[in-house]
Amino acid sequence: MIAATEKGSDAGTLTRPEVEDFLYAEAELLDEWRLPEWLDLFTDDATYQIPPTDIPADASPDNNLFYIADDRYRLGERVKRLMKRTAHAEYPHSKTRHQVSNVRILSQDDGQVEVACNFSTYRTKDDFSNIFFGKLLYGLEVSDGKIRIRSKRVVLDTNGLRNQGRISIIL
Amino acid sequence: MKPNGNDPLVMIDNDRHLFKVSRNNFTDPDVFAKERERIFSTCWLYLGHESELKKPGDFVTRVVGGRSILFNKDRQGNIRALFNSCPHRGSQVCRERKGNAKSFQCFYHGWVFGQDGALRNQPGEESYGHDFKNDPDSNMRQVPRLESYRGLYFLCYDPEAIPLVDYLGNAKEYLDVIFDQSVDGMEVIGGTQEYAMNANWKLLVENSIDGYHATSTHATYLDYLKSMEGGLTNVALSGVGKDLGNGHGVIEYSAPWGRPAGQWVSLWGDEGKKEIDALNARNEKLYGKEKADRIAYKNRNLLIFPNLIINDIMSLTIRTFFPQSPNLLHVNAWAAGPQEESAAARKFRLSNFLEFLGPGGFATPDDVEALEHCQLGYRNSQEVRWNDISKGMGLEQPAMDDEEQMRAFWREWSRRLTGPEQIRGERT
Repeated sequence: MIAATEKGSDAGTLTRPEVEDFLYAEAELLDEWRLPEWLDLFTDDATYQIPPTDIPADASPDNNLFYIADDRYRLGERVKRLMKRTAHAEYPHSKTRHQVSNVRILSQDDGQVEVACNFSTYRTKDDFSNIFFGKLLYGLEVSDGKIRIRSKRVVLDTNGLRNQGRISIIL
Repeated sequence: MKPNGNDPLVMIDNDRHLFKVSRNNFTDPDVFAKERERIFSTCWLYLGHESELKKPGDFVTRVVGGRSILFNKDRQGNIRALFNSCPHRGSQVCRERKGNAKSFQCFYHGWVFGQDGALRNQPGEESYGHDFKNDPDSNMRQVPRLESYRGLYFLCYDPEAIPLVDYLGNAKEYLDVIFDQSVDGMEVIGGTQEYAMNANWKLLVENSIDGYHATSTHATYLDYLKSMEGGLTNVALSGVGKDLGNGHGVIEYSAPWGRPAGQWVSLWGDEGKKEIDALNARNEKLYGKEKADRIAYKNRNLLIFPNLIINDIMSLTIRTFFPQSPNLLHVNAWAAGPQEESAAARKFRLSNFLEFLGPGGFATPDDVEALEHCQLGYRNSQEVRWNDISKGMGLEQPAMDDEEQMRAFWREWSRRLTGPEQIRGERT
């Protein structure tokens, strides 16, 4: 159970430390490969998107080719896949370290909280290590004392994935 | 002396139906240098699609065959490819990835060039000889050859190369089937997948037209399709592999997944069905039933030698890649679709693309893992020397999960590297 998803006071509004605690707990779940628990952080209509780096960061995946544009169903399938030995790209699992910083609440209204932060994620697979970095944009939802993720968009600051090769982990 | 230096590049034994490729070809710096000279300096290489340059002044910068290229459209609508190097001291003139410009200025000394690459003016012009601007060497240089087929622009660094249409040869007919999916013209959809693999570029050639590896490498993708309600038809995976000549190869086959080009799956709903039915009816009227069915129900993984892949599968992708060294390649991949397709169809097309393809898909990352582990396995190539590409060699018509289309690549590759008198390298 992640304490960070429990919201004590002022139902519907969040403070920055509460958001930070939540994001740190999310990062921990990812680094420990507790992906089914991580998936539980998302709402039923959630999206997880990574646009390519040669189009505007707010482009739509309906008419642009992304790296990843998952709805909740496909995100669930992604998690299922990554937990299998036959997900060869992540077998054995990479070691990862997700860092989150510069957390800001952009707006909050009626339990809908827009958050931006910086991130860097380190990954080691076989004898190779590399870094993903950029900005994360979250749409969080607060209801029944819980924080959930309605949308997560990963905006990479690299030009493409020349150093990272692929995005087989969750960022 | 390097290991296996005396082995032939490719060893063919027709009697025993054996086709062996030396693992040295994937690691040897001398082979890499020869490829730059005899393949990437002489073959037609894919540069970009006409839809990437919509308006006059649009430009894209790109690295093609190790050269830095400025691909642009001038005021009159002419499409050009210029070497992106200042004639003065060599700096890259255009430093942006894409945009729209009336002229290009090198920031180093301030020389300004027109959309055609001609020198327009330079600071201190009066200090140069009076006809300096008339000297062609004062202009940005055009690539020797630029030709297009069905909106696909190819360049060639060899001024003496045969025309593109002759080079494409039998592959043209497959390109026609793919590009006839649209009546208004195909377009490249916004967003480029730019990624990399720690593997030799020829491993990705083989992998892109490999019908044999799916069950094992892509087990999780197949699990995903099976578990998704309405994601599959009951069509069997079956078809042929062909050598198209000039190094080009193809597999053409039926498959259970949905195709925005004409194979409906129930996931797309009744509205989707109406649209697909209308598309197939239109194609039948335009091209006759046989070709319309081929457009709708056959998948194609097409290799244009040496490094262009057009996969017309559950989506349509244009993919090209270039070696940076023997064990590192860079990939650029795009999605393409008919300009006239509806917003809903476009959405299905892109969704289908991302499920399978690209560095964040459910399949491509496993391909990357396989190719990188091949490259790691070639550490042993002094002792374990040969790759086997023999599958289906004795058959009159090799199947889509045989390897004839890869042998097509290797025959041409080896012909270009060894010169005509040793083309065969055959041992009987």
